[in-house]
Amino acid sequence: MSLNNSPKKNEMPCQDPKVRAKNFDEVALGYTEEQAIDEANRCLGCKKEPCREGCPVQVPIPQFIAKIKESDFAGAIATIKDKNALPAVCGRVCPQEAQCEKYCVRGKKGEPVGIGRLERFVADWERAQGVKPVECAPPTGKKVAVVGSGPAGLTVAADCAQAGHEVTIFEALHVPGGVLMYGIPEFRLPKAIVQAEIENLKKIGVKVEVDSVIGAIDTVDELLENEGFDAVFIGTGAGLPYFLGIPGENLNGVYSANEFLTRTNLMKAYLFPEYDTPIKVGKKVAVLGGGNVAMDCARTALRLGAEEVHIVYRRSMEELPARIEEVHHAEEEGVIFDILTNPTEIIGNDDNWVTGMTCLKYELGEPDESGRRKPVAIEGSDFHMPIDTVVVAIGQGPNPLVPRTTKGLETNRKGNIVASEETGATSKPRVYAGGDVVTGAATVIKAMGAGRVAATNICELLKK
Amino acid sequence: MYKILKKEVLSPTLKLFEIDAPKVAKKCQAGQFIILRIDEKGERIPLTIADFNREKGTITLIFAEVGKTTKQLGQMEAGDALLDFVGPLGRPSEIEKYGRVVCIGAGVGIAPVFPITRALKEAGNEVIGIAGARNKELLFWTDEFKAQCDEFHICTDDGSAGEKGFVSDVLKKIIEEKGKVDYVISIGPIPAMKVCAELTKPYGIKTFVSLNSIMVDGTGMCGACRVTVGDETKFACVDGPEFDGHLVDFNEQMRRAQIFKDEEQRALAAGSCGGGGCGCH
Ligand SMILES: Cc1cc2nc3c(=O)[nH]c(=O)nc-3n(C[C@H](O)[C@H](O)[C@H](O)COP(=O)(O)OP(=O)(O)OC[C@H]3O[C@@H](n4cnc5c(N)ncnc54)[C@H](O)[C@@H]3O)c2cc1C
Ligand SMILES: Cc1cc2nc3c(=O)[nH]c(=O)nc-3n(C[C@H](O)[C@H](O)[C@H](O)COP(=O)(O)OP(=O)(O)OC[C@H]3O[C@@H](n4cnc5c(N)ncnc54)[C@H](O)[C@@H]3O)c2cc1C
Ligand code: SF4
Ligand code: SF4
Ligand code: FES
Repeated sequence: MSLNNSPKKNEMPCQDPKVRAKNFDEVALGYTEEQAIDEANRCLGCKKEPCREGCPVQVPIPQFIAKIKESDFAGAIATIKDKNALPAVCGRVCPQEAQCEKYCVRGKKGEPVGIGRLERFVADWERAQGVKPVECAPPTGKKVAVVGSGPAGLTVAADCAQAGHEVTIFEALHVPGGVLMYGIPEFRLPKAIVQAEIENLKKIGVKVEVDSVIGAIDTVDELLENEGFDAVFIGTGAGLPYFLGIPGENLNGVYSANEFLTRTNLMKAYLFPEYDTPIKVGKKVAVLGGGNVAMDCARTALRLGAEEVHIVYRRSMEELPARIEEVHHAEEEGVIFDILTNPTEIIGNDDNWVTGMTCLKYELGEPDESGRRKPVAIEGSDFHMPIDTVVVAIGQGPNPLVPRTTKGLETNRKGNIVASEETGATSKPRVYAGGDVVTGAATVIKAMGAGRVAATNICELLKK
Repeated sequence: MYKILKKEVLSPTLKLFEIDAPKVAKKCQAGQFIILRIDEKGERIPLTIADFNREKGTITLIFAEVGKTTKQLGQMEAGDALLDFVGPLGRPSEIEKYGRVVCIGAGVGIAPVFPITRALKEAGNEVIGIAGARNKELLFWTDEFKAQCDEFHICTDDGSAGEKGFVSDVLKKIIEEKGKVDYVISIGPIPAMKVCAELTKPYGIKTFVSLNSIMVDGTGMCGACRVTVGDETKFACVDGPEFDGHLVDFNEQMRRAQIFKDEEQRALAAGSCGGGGCGCH
């Protein structure tokens, strides 16, 4: 157990890029026990815990890594779970380079400790052992409704059930899990992991009502007044797809990222015709955008058989908001990055099918409000890009259904529900909210963090 | 699971189901639809709520067998159950006292126009109904439909029942005879709705149509159901399915309905249901 001085992380074993670009199996295979311990031994156990400050839910990082060093994996996972209910998910999808690992001391001279990979390792280890349901407090007789089953809703459900409350999750789709199920692809986050977490919730008594669109069957007001719920948490996410508003966006062959990913992940169109839902991907695909959603669409398009996939992004490689690891994976798999490029029009043929895009080239100008250098169009740089499929992945907003049908629920200019960062409370008594519906599209761990805050305050409220 | 309580065969390719879905039945209104999934491998398909019974907690669906899923559905019997059933989705019809209204159901469109007609009648309108189909075989619910109307017309393309001609021919005659019509709702195949909307436009008669865009979630999340209305892109599942017929880009809708044509053929041919086990081909 001596300190591992290597400036580099233990490499993550991965499927070969050429092979994996044609299948939907998970790309990253996970550390072995030896690799995990070797990586843990890179951690200095810093007293000041800078890494922990970078984690939105303050996972006790040095402590859990110390347990891995001792091969006490059970202890390690217990330490993480005290703060983070979904480590198998977060270990895989957190943008660690912008959170925990960004602040790791080892990162100053070399690579930071692979905190996410270690978190994933112990979570997978635990799942392989069979997870024991957590102990719950005796029933309080209070009822909590959770609207939406993404990471925010799942966290509230877990915490409230543990506190002894009777919890029902209402989910609009036919499968719970939110973006973890319909958005993030199987090759990055196997669906069995998400479903195992939901099974664990059911074991501690959480009821999951799928096919239940709140606002359509019951409104939030009706849940409180007629259905006997003492508090409601709204975690409906940011599911409303944005389009660019350029000509040609309603042509055949133009998808929103949500449609493209939902057909593939939730409806399993990659197994068509064994599964009934189709998807159509041409030879040459352009994905508009540069975030995680765009990377997921591009890599999905490859796996669905596209010959050439382009990421078309207005800014430069440095500004890509996607997780670094996913950008690397996409590059390895052969995704082409057309940076400093943006379409002004999508062109179609007489049958309404996409045949190409007119694009403009950009250069970077002065920094804008976001601190990033603003892309400025180069005059006269327009060119034609032949393409037969376009996926628009430029962002999502909140779905207006719940705010529209809930009396006295304040929203902001963008349609996000206004909720206190400290308590999760909304403008409406007994109604809490958190996750993407409050912050706009963000991250899994931030949604979980907001869920935890809201759950704590719901439990306080229900004590009264 | 959502049990099929009753099945009626209206014609060889037209079936009626009564589904046990009390929560949907409690809330639904004329003009809304549901999305169902038969089984784990099934597609989510939207069907209009043709009728509902709040006391019994049932929803009536009428569907035409046009492809893999609807054919498989047609093979199911009373006692079988659907895996998923979501609703009520979409905006309800705008029911007001308009004055003299014409309600047009063409083909399967008779089903969705029925509850709207009833609601318009209850709101105190003078209701003229038109039921049209290609031939007599494909007509259904004419007595039920007629019972909601002050005046009722039947027409078929081949003249095998009622007047010979299209629903738009009948509509034209009504407008010319009556001089004044205040509101038209037309539901059916896109060409029928398009012609009706074109017909009423010069008269300035408010005309609504109900669009069958391709859908996935039905909650505004995927944008598959995009439709151009005036200068705007709308999502048929949450902003519709009813839109002002004078503003809808019907040609775009017609072409968007073709997006998965090849795949739909493949699904039928390949028989992903196991090649004959369910008898859907
Ligand atoms: C393709 C994609 C890739 C991403 N990749 C990453 C990543 O790598 N790392 C990362 O940290 N984050 C990533 N994100 C972002 C992350 O997934 C979200 O920030 C997070 O899921 C938000 O959680 P949430 O609980 O707020 O909502 P969601 O996960 O959006 O869940 C909301 C749920 O509410 C349901 N719902 C909506 N309306 C209703 C209603 N009226 N009634 C009932 N239910 C309703 C929805 O169906 C959905 O299931 C990604 C997002 C996408 C789309
Ligand atoms: C709001 C709404 C209400 C509807 N109400 C009725 C109804 O009351 N009765 C009825 O018979 N039909 C109705 N439809 C149409 C019905 O949904 C389609 O016929 C059905 O989805 C076809 O599926 P399939 O697998 O049998 O055929 P496919 O072979 O898959 O498709 C046949 C045709 O149906 C359309 N279609 C395919 N998939 C979808 C989809 N997911 N969503 C919508 N359309 C699709 C396509 O235009 C295609 O050309 C409605 C559609 C919408 C959007
Ligand atoms: S939850 Fe995410 S940010 Fe926090 S330690 Fe784990 S991987 Fe890092
Ligand atoms: S900052 Fe890095 S080295 Fe220090 S305790 Fe955290 S993970 Fe370990
Ligand atoms: S069906 Fe997905 S947005 Fe309308």
